Amino acid sequence: MRATVHVFLKPGVLDVQGKAIEGALHGLGYPGVSDVRVGKTIVFDLAGDDPARREAEVKSMCERLLANSVIESWRVEVG
Amino acid sequence: MKAAVIVFPGSNCDRDCKTAIERTTGAEISMVWHGDSRLPSGLDLIVLPGGFSYGDYLRCGAMAAQSPVMKAVKTEGERGTAVLGVCNGFQILCEAGMLPGALLRNAGLKYVCTAVELDVINSQTRFTAGFQGRRDVRMTVGNGEGNYFADAATLDRLDGEGQVVFRYRKNPNGSARDIAGIVNAEGNVLGMMPHPDRAFETELGSADGALLFQSVLARA
Repeated sequence: MRATVHVFLKPGVLDVQGKAIEGALHGLGYPGVSDVRVGKTIVFDLAGDDPARREAEVKSMCERLLANSVIESWRVEVG
Repeated sequence: MKAAVIVFPGSNCDRDCKTAIERTTGAEISMVWHGDSRLPSGLDLIVLPGGFSYGDYLRCGAMAAQSPVMKAVKTEGERGTAVLGVCNGFQILCEAGMLPGALLRNAGLKYVCTAVELDVINSQTRFTAGFQGRRDVRMTVGNGEGNYFADAATLDRLDGEGQVVFRYRKNPNGSARDIAGIVNAEGNVLGMMPHPDRAFETELGSADGALLFQSVLARA
């Protein structure tokens, strides 16, 4: 199974990269752009037959390493 | 005094810390590799140095916080041993859950390398007793992600409990409430972005960092 984990800074946490990109897009003539957020995507294969168990494992990985819950939120896609 | 400096792959202030502590306190220093799961016995101080542990992969300090030696560092911290994290060390302490909050990318997006003036907010800690009565404390910062973040309730608690130890007079990185350094509730774990290890002799522009190491020594 292929797992995809998306990690973003939580709403309200300053995303300076997003701000810089937003400024650049405005400069390129896209004034309608706002609230740009930069995140990361982590993909990996995961062994095991039990979907519920795999999902629980990925959740645990997010909580323990892949995301920092103080500043980041995450979303998982499996399969 | 016995101290240990933890060396992670990518640490670059480990030898600075060793030299600073040796010269200012005469302590016996052990350099401990991150892959070791045991620390020397009878330590008075454990230092997590600055640098770019694991290349700052994933998040600054995230990988280092999971390394084998950190279990032992946590255990020692829980026993009351003084633990100091400087710069990347501060990031590691937050990632390891030994201090609240996290360090974000600097508000100005730039790596900041400059001298900073600090207010010592709490000179009752074992790290800062030697700063009592001092007004102008100078050290330097060198970081890309030194922007301290915590939710409002945590910040209020840090303020209310005297856990904010150093504040910037002129905030270089957007850090919440100008925070430059905090201690845990027990007062034995200090994380700070400014480098006392780069300010321990007047030839370096400031010797104020020496007071920090000497404060720990006085309590050892």
